[in-house]
Amino acid sequence: MPLPIIEMRAISKRFGAFVANDNVSLSVAPGEILGLLGENGAGKTTLMNILFGVYASDNGSIQIDGKPAQIRTSADALSHGIGMVHQHFHLAPRLTVIENLLVGTPGKNGQLDLAGAKAKLKYIERDFGLKLNPDTIVASLAVGEQQRLEIIKALFRDARLLILDEPTAVLAPSDVDGLFSALRAIAAKGLGIIFISHKLNEVRALTTRCVVLRHGRLAGEVPRPAAASAKQIAELMCGHEIVPPSRSSTKLGKPVLQLENISTSASTGTSLKNVSLAVHSGEIVGIAGVSGNGQKALADVISGLLAPKAGMLKINGLTVSDSSPRTVQAMGLGRIPEDRLAAGLVSNMSLAHSIALPRISQAPFSKCGLLQPGAIVEFAKDQIKEYGIKCQGPDVRTGTLSGGNLQKALLARELAFHPKVLIVSQPTRGLDVGAAQFVYEKFLSLRASGCGLLVISEDLEELLTLSDRIAVLYEGEIVGLVKSEDVTVSKLGLLMNGARGQAV
Amino acid sequence: MIRLEARNSTPAWFNLALPVAAVVVTLVLCSSLIALAGASVLSSYAIMAAAAFGDLYSVTETLVRAAPMIFTGLAVAVAFRAKFWNIGAEGQLLAGAVAGCAIGSIAMPGPIGMVAMAIAGAMAGGVTALVPALLRVKLKVDDVVSSLLLNSVIFFALMALIEGPWKDSLSGYPISPPIQDSAIFPVFIPGTRLHLGVLIAFLMAPFIWFVISRTVFGFSIRVTGENPEAARYSGINIDRVLISTALLSGGLAGLAGVCQVGGLHYQVMAEISPGYGYSGIVIAMLARLNPLGVVPAAIFLGAVMTGADAMSRATGVPAFLSDVIQGTALLSMLAALLFMNYRLRFLGKPA
Repeated sequence: MPLPIIEMRAISKRFGAFVANDNVSLSVAPGEILGLLGENGAGKTTLMNILFGVYASDNGSIQIDGKPAQIRTSADALSHGIGMVHQHFHLAPRLTVIENLLVGTPGKNGQLDLAGAKAKLKYIERDFGLKLNPDTIVASLAVGEQQRLEIIKALFRDARLLILDEPTAVLAPSDVDGLFSALRAIAAKGLGIIFISHKLNEVRALTTRCVVLRHGRLAGEVPRPAAASAKQIAELMCGHEIVPPSRSSTKLGKPVLQLENISTSASTGTSLKNVSLAVHSGEIVGIAGVSGNGQKALADVISGLLAPKAGMLKINGLTVSDSSPRTVQAMGLGRIPEDRLAAGLVSNMSLAHSIALPRISQAPFSKCGLLQPGAIVEFAKDQIKEYGIKCQGPDVRTGTLSGGNLQKALLARELAFHPKVLIVSQPTRGLDVGAAQFVYEKFLSLRASGCGLLVISEDLEELLTLSDRIAVLYEGEIVGLVKSEDVTVSKLGLLMNGARGQAV
Repeated sequence: MIRLEARNSTPAWFNLALPVAAVVVTLVLCSSLIALAGASVLSSYAIMAAAAFGDLYSVTETLVRAAPMIFTGLAVAVAFRAKFWNIGAEGQLLAGAVAGCAIGSIAMPGPIGMVAMAIAGAMAGGVTALVPALLRVKLKVDDVVSSLLLNSVIFFALMALIEGPWKDSLSGYPISPPIQDSAIFPVFIPGTRLHLGVLIAFLMAPFIWFVISRTVFGFSIRVTGENPEAARYSGINIDRVLISTALLSGGLAGLAGVCQVGGLHYQVMAEISPGYGYSGIVIAMLARLNPLGVVPAAIFLGAVMTGADAMSRATGVPAFLSDVIQGTALLSMLAALLFMNYRLRFLGKPA
């Protein structure tokens, strides 16, 4: 067994009364891709931030190449050969690729060593198969390329251990394969990788070993992830058995959401072209498609944020005459946005106010233009209890909640008003297994109670699990509408890339 | 080694402690200037305090100074809550003063005249603030720049007015005709200048607090400022909110001008505002954009201005110290705001 590149021994970290890490040990050997798993709040990020010098641990030690090391700052971590690729990139968008690589490096006689850097970039390209044009402006790179630049940046600084925090969360499914082959090439050169992810199939496909954190403690280790089932790993993560959601057959009711030949103008992203679609009471319709093919326009039109250029929108059988969020809401539409903290809730306001936000001008939240703080707080208290939202209370700052709890809050504020139809985008993006499970169960019980749901998602497994029918969006058009029983992931993949299917 | 670490939550008492700390730091920093000017720091500050609060008359003078700054402080606080960056309270104050003076010079029964002055001044201030708001909403023009530059436009328009059509034909001074005697604000305590406008200013703060924190309109302002996308998603028309915020903000600044005309000067001249519009920014920041906090912050600056004059007469330290204190207070407060989101962590010596 070769000496591990890093070894974290008995690390503990407390924030006030909250124990983020409790006696956690892990090590990474050369050539190893270690999966680090755990639900949100299990302590993965804290542990990695300790390794990268963002936080100081309360107890425990870190050894690098078998020698004790002090990592107090990110600069220390870098000098010890630890590189981190954050979920949110740390790049200077107006500089070129090569200039971004040189940020923070000592120059040569006070000048940027462009020639030396380019030569080094060539080596990285040759050794690891990571290719980028050094003179491209970073802002013009696609997301996958920016991520590649982050990885190159770490290698450029001679990292021997790469930490990747949910690297696939930002990638389109087609870019994931490229990332994985690059990571395998890096590991094959004897570097170590720590791969943090929620997506169990990715962890099984990529990692050579994985460790699971739960409530800040080491819950277990999976020596050969490829041989373990996703269910086994998921149960290790959440600590209890997982029952997959099942869709009972329901009787279709009348249409609750109808789009008839809807087109939008092209001012914001991909526009819709002549889209017709119906969602019935008791039905879940999934929208599949590579992101950027009109999903945003579709969600915006239905949510009342974008007036269609042509065509008709009907909610609950009635035509929407003026397009506004309050109108569609009053007609019985519930909305859960893709970006929970940007569009749905207000990070810097209390949870109670965030929950009341879309209906703030109505009773009981306000009367005659005056807010009713008592009613706002009471309503939030009820929802916190009913949905098991983990927080200190209705007055807590919304931004302090985890993704799963934010999604619960969004569900609560819509479902409390018994929508006839619910439109939701990326319902489980960034959620851990337990929280996603909760969302699925809610959707299915809504469906059973006669609500119609339109689910826009990039996660095909999710769509196949939930939907009765799946429509595929490609360049703003619906190119296929299929029953989910009759379709496979690969068939959907073809449709998503532009092959036409037949309506079923 | 000291390092900044992100905070998970901010204790509530910080809202009070940070402005107080900023003021203390400001006074400590500015004491070096007093020392450089060759005066005793402690006695200079004592003279300032005595001049600002030493007897009834001093207190009323401080309050009279604070009143227009309460209006401008509220104007800025309301605008900043919506992230409408209104740096134009100075120009809006001047516009309010001109309009108030014009209406006040028309013969009307006293109470009607005062109300008409207030309405005219608020409207003039509001319309002035509407310019940067509309430019931003319709043409995406940066409101910091447009509202700031508009101050000079209004100031020189005012100069043109009092050097031209309004010029006193008898004395030749660049001052406007006075308002009617009946429109002059009543004074509460004889022998002082404690006028009606001061009372209105002090009542305005809790009123604006109520509007911001307890009405749907105020809520819309706050959501628009905190997260315009969420505001739009929830059905708030953010353009309309920005425009109404501008009208409210400009109206409040306009009332500061009316307060000066009706309560102190009874006419318009070039020195009608020693930068009260800009002081409003300092006050709003010290108050952490809380309308109730505007009152103590305005009294603090009022006291500094009153006190600096007295100190200057007694010790020879230039009265410009009051401007330095204002500027330093703003910078200290901005620095203090860092601690809302971060805390210091002391580490051992690096190995």
